[in-house]
Amino acid sequence: MKFSLAIYGAPCSSQAPDTAYYFAKAALASGHDIYRLFFYMDGVQNASRLATPPQDEQNIPARWSELIKAHNIDAVVCIAAALRRGVLDKSEADRYEKDANNLADGFNLSGLGQLIDAGIESDRLITFGC
Amino acid sequence: MILHTINKSPQNPALKTCLRVAAKDSAILLIEDGVYAALPGPDLEALLQHKVYALAPDIKARGLLEKLSPQITLVDYSGFVALVEQYDTVQSWY
Repeated sequence: MKFSLAIYGAPCSSQAPDTAYYFAKAALASGHDIYRLFFYMDGVQNASRLATPPQDEQNIPARWSELIKAHNIDAVVCIAAALRRGVLDKSEADRYEKDANNLADGFNLSGLGQLIDAGIESDRLITFGC
Repeated sequence: MILHTINKSPQNPALKTCLRVAAKDSAILLIEDGVYAALPGPDLEALLQHKVYALAPDIKARGLLEKLSPQITLVDYSGFVALVEQYDTVQSWY
């Protein structure tokens, strides 16, 4: 089956990123495909590569980047939610003349239409709310 | 048939709202703080009108293994995946 996951919670303030990550791992291990990960609302914080948790704790954005790369998953971060929370890729940082960008490897900024598309194209869309 | 997931403790309206709208043949999966609904409490009887599952890692993380109602089935993450496969739609309450 094709699954898509919508993740609305941020690391540190919600368990949603953890639940979604272990669900994604289990789905892939069971032979399912992940059509898309969609990060929305505070969930956009999952895509900040500047997150620097203590070394004996999970680095949730880095862990997502590894999974996305290993399984070639489409990982979309809502651009409107991301910009207002300070999650920017290089082209947005340039456009708004910011001195840095922080979107982690493997993630892309795009619109909410990608969530609708995921709902249409996937067999199941699972929301991990916060 | 719908799989409902609840990730908030029974103090949050999520559980009551879910129980108000869930059809009899819908299953309910308790995850995260939602697993507290598996303990004896005022909503347990209404909850057990449905097939109820709880995510074992979240039950264990909260030390609830000995306390949960015996009618509730524990699943791990691959069991969560299998439930999503089995039901037509997933409705998340949060």
